[in-house]
Amino acid sequence: MRIRYLVLLAYILFLMLPLYWMVNMSLKTTAETLTTFSLVPKSLTFDNYRTIFSDPAWYSGYLNSIIYVSLNTVMSLLVALPAAYAFSRFRFLGDKHLFFWLLTNRMAPPAVFLLPFFQLYSSVGLFDTHIAVALAHMLFNVPLAVWILEGFMSGVPKEIDETAYLDGYSFPRFFLTIFLPLIRAGVGVTAFFCFMFSWVELLLARTLTSVNAKPIAAVMTRTVSASGLDWGVLTAAGVLTLIPGALVIWFVRNHIAKGFALGRV
Amino acid sequence: MSLQLKGISKTVGGETWIDDVSLTLEPGSFNVLLGLTLAGKTTLMRLIAGLERPDRGRVFMHGRDVTEVPVRKRNVAMVYQQFINYPSMTVYDNIASPLRIAGLPRREIDRRVREEAERLHIDHLLDRLPSELSGGQQQRTAMARALVRDADLLLLDEPLVNLDYKLREELRAEMREIFARRRSIVVYATTDPLEALALGGNTAVLQAGRLIQYGPTLQVYHHPATEHVAYVFSDPPMNVVPGRLDGEVRLGDSTRLPLPPHLRQLPSGAYRFGIRPSHLSIVRRSEAEVAVPARVVVPEVTGSETFIHVRHHDVDWVIQQPGVHLLPIGSGVTMHLDPARLFAFDPAGRLVAAPEPWAAGRV
Repeated sequence: MRIRYLVLLAYILFLMLPLYWMVNMSLKTTAETLTTFSLVPKSLTFDNYRTIFSDPAWYSGYLNSIIYVSLNTVMSLLVALPAAYAFSRFRFLGDKHLFFWLLTNRMAPPAVFLLPFFQLYSSVGLFDTHIAVALAHMLFNVPLAVWILEGFMSGVPKEIDETAYLDGYSFPRFFLTIFLPLIRAGVGVTAFFCFMFSWVELLLARTLTSVNAKPIAAVMTRTVSASGLDWGVLTAAGVLTLIPGALVIWFVRNHIAKGFALGRV
Repeated sequence: MSLQLKGISKTVGGETWIDDVSLTLEPGSFNVLLGLTLAGKTTLMRLIAGLERPDRGRVFMHGRDVTEVPVRKRNVAMVYQQFINYPSMTVYDNIASPLRIAGLPRREIDRRVREEAERLHIDHLLDRLPSELSGGQQQRTAMARALVRDADLLLLDEPLVNLDYKLREELRAEMREIFARRRSIVVYATTDPLEALALGGNTAVLQAGRLIQYGPTLQVYHHPATEHVAYVFSDPPMNVVPGRLDGEVRLGDSTRLPLPPHLRQLPSGAYRFGIRPSHLSIVRRSEAEVAVPARVVVPEVTGSETFIHVRHHDVDWVIQQPGVHLLPIGSGVTMHLDPARLFAFDPAGRLVAAPEPWAAGRV
C-alpha cells in the first residue's frame, strides 16, 4: 500500500517541480539564478513582482489580456446560448449539417486565419484593439461553446419548456429564470473553456495587437535586452499569468466534474 | 366555455397521427381519452393544448377560433406522464409560478398555493426541491401547479402511469374528489380501462388516430361501438369468437347456446360474439349458464384474481376468476357462460347487440 502513495508522491513532485522552480526563480535576483544552484532563494526578494506592478508596460499586459479574454467569454456565451437552444429544440433545414460545419471551424489551425484577420482588421481600423482579439477568438470558441451547451440543453426535457409556456412564461423570462439555472453547470464549463482558450492563445493575440491591446504573453517575450534575459521578472510574470487560470478553475471546479459527466466535453 | 374540435388532422413524417377528429367537450366535464399506446392520445392532447398545430381542422374555445393562438395565451394547464416540475424551484415556487406570472397579489398567491398543496397532501413539503421528493409527491406537485390556476382546460396525459401500484391507487382514489366542483374542462388520457371506469365522466376511444366512440363512460363500456372499443375497454381484453346465429347461438363450429332475449331480433347469419373475461367462470353461478369444456393454456395469477387462459376448439379465451387457481397446464376445465352476457358484432366488427347491463343482476 505504501508503494502506491510513493508513486503518487513522485508523480505530484514531477508535476510540481517546474512550477516550483518558476516560483523559486521569481523570488531570486537574476544574478543568483545565473550564478548559483539553490533550491530555496538565498536572498529572498520581491523586487521582480514590484517591477511588474509598478511598470505600466508590464501590468497593462495583464489588463489587456483580462479585458479581451472576458470580452471573448461573455460574447461567446451570448452568441452560443441562443444558437445551442435552437440546435437542441428545433428542427430546421440543414440543422445537422450546420452543427457539424460549426465544429469544423475548430479543426483549422489558428495560423490559417492569421493573415485574413490581420489584413481585415487593419483595413477597418480594428487592429490593436481588445475587441479585435476577442472577435478573432470567438471564431474558435463559439463552435465549442455551442457544442457543449447543446449537450446540456438536450438533457433538459422539452416538456419543461412546454410547461413554462402553458404556465404563461414569455420566452425570455422562461430562458432566464427556469432554463438557465438548469444548465448552470454547462454554462460554467463553457465559460471555462472559452476563458482557457483565449487566455493561452498567443499567435492571434500577438499578431493582431501592437501597443494598446498587447497581451501579457507578448509582453513577456520582449524582455530580452542588451544585458540578456531578465529571468527574475520573466518568471514573476509567469507566476502571475497562472493566477487567473487557477482562479477560474477554482470557481468552476464543481461544474467541471459535473460537466465532464453530463455534457459533451 | 366549451371546447370544440372540428375535423382535426395531423400528419407527421408522412404518417397520419390524428385523422379527422371532431369532438365537443362541455364546460365542467370530465373526459377520458382511452386508447392503446400509439393511438394518438398524446398527440390529440398536444393539439388541444396548442403545443402543436393541426394540419387540417380548427380548434374553438368558447366559440372562438384559437387554432393560431399561442399556447401561453390559451389558459391551458397540463400534467405530463413524466413528472415535470421546475427542478431549480422549491415545491412552493413551483406551484406559485403560474400565479406569479399572472401577476396575482402576494397574499392571494400564498393562500391558493397552501390550499392546493393541502388538498394534494404536499403541504408539509413546500420548502423542498422536486428532486428531494418521491415520484408520487413530484406528480402531486405537478398536479398542484396545474390545478392552482383555474385553467379553462386541464389536460392530464397518463399522469399515474409512472407511479408504482400503491401510489397509483391512492392518487386515483383522490382524483375524483380533486376534479369535482371545477369549472374547467378536464381531459384525462389513459390506457387503463379501470382508470376510466373509476373516474367516470365521458370517455372518448381513439384507435390509430381516429375517434371511434365518445359518450358517457358507462354507456361506452356497456355499448362498445366496435370490437376494438370492447377490446380496449376491458382488462383483460374481451374475448371475441366468430360464430353464427340460426335460432340458437353457435360459437365456433360446435358449441351451441340457447338464444338469449337480446339477440332474438337479429337476423340469422355470421356474427362475432364477445364476452368479458369477468363473465366467464370455472364455477357455475346461475341456472342460465352453459357449460363449455376447454383446456388450460396457462393460469396467470394477478393478485387476488387469476386470469385463466384456456383454449376451446382452436379459439383462445381468458377467464377472469376471483381467487388464486393454479390449474395444471393442459388440464381440462369447464367454463360457464351466460348467453345473456354476449355482445354481438357484425363481421366488420360493429356492435349490433349488447347485453342489458342489468339482465343478470351484476354489472
